[in-house]
Amino acid sequence: MTGAPVRRDGPPLPGTLRELSRPGRRAWSLPELDVPPAQVPEGHRRPAPPRLPEVAERDLVRHYTRLAQMNYGVDTGFYPLGSCSMKYNPKAAEAAAALPGFQRLHPHQPEDTVQGALELLWRLERALCELTGMARVTFQPPAGASGELTGLLIMRAYHAKNGDPRRRVIIPDSAHGTNPASVTLAGYRVAQVPSDARGLVDLGELEKMVDEDVAGLMLTNPNTLGLFEEEIEAIARAVHRVGGLLYYDGANLNAIVGRVRPGDMGFDIVHLNTHKTFATPHGGGGPGAGPVAVSERLERFLPAPVLAYDEERGRYYWDHDRPDAIGRVHGFHGNFGVLVRAYAYVFGLGRDGLTDVGARAVLNANYLAERVRGAYPLAFPGRPMHEFVATARRFRRFGVRALDVAKRLIDLGFHPPTVYFPLIVEEALMVEPTETESRETLDAFAQAMLQVAREAEEDPELLRQAPRTTPVRRLDEARAARELKLRW
Amino acid sequence: MRFAPHTDEDTREMLAACGLSSVEDLFAHVPPAVRLGRDLDLPPALSEPDLLADLRALAGRNRHADDFVCFAGGGAYDHYVPAVVWALAGRSEFATSYTPYQPELSQGVLQALFEYQSMVCDLTGLEVSNASLYDGPTALVEAVRMACAATGRRRVLVSGTLDPRYLEVLRTYAAGGAFEPVSVPVEEGVTAVPEVGEEVAALVLQHPNFFGNLEPAAERFALAARAGARAVQVFDPLSLGVLTSPGELGADIAVAEGQPLGNHLSYGGPYLGVLAARARDVRRMPGRIVGETVDVEGRRGYVLTLQAREQHIRRERATSNICTNQTLMAVAAAVYLAWLGPEGLAEVGRLCLAKARYAAERLTEVGAVELAWPGAPFFKEFAVVTEAEPRAVRDALLERGFLVGPPVELPDGRRGLLVSVTERRTRDEVDRLVKAFEEVAAAGGKGSRAGRGRGGRRAGGRGR
Repeated sequence: MTGAPVRRDGPPLPGTLRELSRPGRRAWSLPELDVPPAQVPEGHRRPAPPRLPEVAERDLVRHYTRLAQMNYGVDTGFYPLGSCSMKYNPKAAEAAAALPGFQRLHPHQPEDTVQGALELLWRLERALCELTGMARVTFQPPAGASGELTGLLIMRAYHAKNGDPRRRVIIPDSAHGTNPASVTLAGYRVAQVPSDARGLVDLGELEKMVDEDVAGLMLTNPNTLGLFEEEIEAIARAVHRVGGLLYYDGANLNAIVGRVRPGDMGFDIVHLNTHKTFATPHGGGGPGAGPVAVSERLERFLPAPVLAYDEERGRYYWDHDRPDAIGRVHGFHGNFGVLVRAYAYVFGLGRDGLTDVGARAVLNANYLAERVRGAYPLAFPGRPMHEFVATARRFRRFGVRALDVAKRLIDLGFHPPTVYFPLIVEEALMVEPTETESRETLDAFAQAMLQVAREAEEDPELLRQAPRTTPVRRLDEARAARELKLRW
Repeated sequence: MRFAPHTDEDTREMLAACGLSSVEDLFAHVPPAVRLGRDLDLPPALSEPDLLADLRALAGRNRHADDFVCFAGGGAYDHYVPAVVWALAGRSEFATSYTPYQPELSQGVLQALFEYQSMVCDLTGLEVSNASLYDGPTALVEAVRMACAATGRRRVLVSGTLDPRYLEVLRTYAAGGAFEPVSVPVEEGVTAVPEVGEEVAALVLQHPNFFGNLEPAAERFALAARAGARAVQVFDPLSLGVLTSPGELGADIAVAEGQPLGNHLSYGGPYLGVLAARARDVRRMPGRIVGETVDVEGRRGYVLTLQAREQHIRRERATSNICTNQTLMAVAAAVYLAWLGPEGLAEVGRLCLAKARYAAERLTEVGAVELAWPGAPFFKEFAVVTEAEPRAVRDALLERGFLVGPPVELPDGRRGLLVSVTERRTRDEVDRLVKAFEEVAAAGGKGSRAGRGRGGRRAGGRGR
């Protein structure tokens, strides 16, 4: 009998800081008041400070150390979360971002005092243009979804400038959820193009959909099934023929970086996810950075200010004189600290290193797919790129779902792949090993996947009861949403 | 640098396992016409020491907040970042994890975010908080969209004392057609009495406002409430140890730039957007929200909740398109707030208030500047009017080792400078700033002359 709850040894779950709190205890240490005290202006005084936790610094250190130990990162182990490119995050990039000459820059400093920072952005912009085949970049978007909206607002401004407002943006049914959400925010309507039997954009359907009301098409290539859109040239022609623009969602650029450029595929607007392609740490949910690159004809619409270089004076500056700019999309210049890390990655790897990234990422995904496909058939037959989407459909007859496979993998020491995405695949398992994993790790993971497949038949309860080795077991998400408890 | 671990033998054998003989075979189905077909026009790889030397050289061409005394504000502040904050928030188990899609493996960050949400509620006097947004201005956009969704209206009254960068971002997002910002005039440095009609979705007020002044927020918010509009406050989180909370003032939604909460200046990012609201609007909130629940054995645990609002479920009907947020910055903010506790937070507030008042009094005493609105109450930041052009004054002060600003246009057309004084600034630094202002005023706002460099460390030269 494997399904019975197990009693676990080990430390109890940590209390909250509120529970640790004792009146009068403190961690803070601040300078003495060395000027005359001042009264809070009449009518503005808070009667008592907010009831924050009162803890000693040692309490804080143990609390967060314990929480960190209850969190799984790339530094802990293999993290094949499809579509997220959870590769190793170089420590040199962290060291660079921590330099006071970057970390202690005030965003309102005059340009003459931040020439090094501006040169870093300038060089990074040139590199991103080379990698994407685009003309200019804005670094303002702080994440990929913000990049999407920025790109769509540029699309909107372009059509408006042509006196040709349009209403629809086409996205494939396999697209990330951010795509349709961004389309709505930009004031467009979503038109969904289906995937064909190969898992690629159905070109016939697309050609029927495009007309002069289509502002553009958003596409991820390789797509979210990990497949290269081989008909991309015909797709681009179809959209451009009616005056639409092509938007490249850079979520999967890692597969082809240095080998295929969005610009050469016909894309007009590109966003990049630095936490994917350029290994900036994702921080448990952020910060990211979502630079947007555009072709020459769209340059004028980029958010202001735009970085510029005065050759005569040998000086970088922010150009605010941009009458066609869509405006600001971030309070300052985007997630600069993240961009420093991206710079470290791009220039650390250099010309050949960057081209090698895609090759190794695709090799790892193909190798892993090959090792497990007997038990986990691919959702579509084509050659996977940097990730593959398999299905756990055949375990249904044992009462086992993709989620159960994922939870059992946790007990075997691995972070699971993405599950239930893309939405068009039943019981989807989306696996992205990335280029920084070794063959030994892939072999060990494949073995775990195969073990789980055997267990699904022989002892399905083991999967349904998983995980059993984590500080908490499966959590009641329905209850969380029903009996909202969002604070102490 | 190279991070792919493959030996030649690995590559060969792995390719063979796939029935392939070369890496290029993996890309055989990519049409030749879209391939680059040449080497990238980028420099060759750098070794780690060479890379860090390059980055140190770039960093060395900047002057930073330890090279001068920082009295600059305008949305980013030189508050003290305790050593413990990044020693904990920077731990790689947090830093190298993804959004907590598998809660059993991510209880650490989930609990840290639950505690962050709790402290934001404590701070603001509101009932619910999300797990962070990108920054202050984008948080305001989300608040306005919430207000429109809640009221079914689209007109948004925006005070003229709002930070202009916030207004710019708001206007950019308004291009999507969901709302229409309309400006409310300014009188004596604060928001004039607005006419809030039945068509208004939200009244947006920054308090303390962009110029540092304390607003009659409660009175203005009451007008919004009467018209069925949402009251939206942009607040300063470090003012809330001493100033009335947004909840108490009648704000329905409160947003802030979270940088002052233990986050580095970092040339404007990564920061975090703080957003708190009343419980009735929780299902209209954007972004990740962490909730408490139990596991199958009844143990307490945390999960992402109310996900049906979000883009990965609701797609084109989601409350927002946000996916990646600023989680790590929120964890840092939580460590910082717990380090301060109630008394520390109040002490930061008292120090900022007293030092800013001292600076304003000394500056006006010596006649170096005029306050933009003499007698108007402020918190840690105030606007001054100088005889010379503000930009020139700012540059001349920088030569003397002090960063003030940004230069601003005042609502009545005058031009001024913001001066902010955090708890880190000492009386001596303020006295030297006053002296530098005097010298600059005496020189008619011009730079390089006698007295240069006396303010702090020598300041000229570098970065030019």
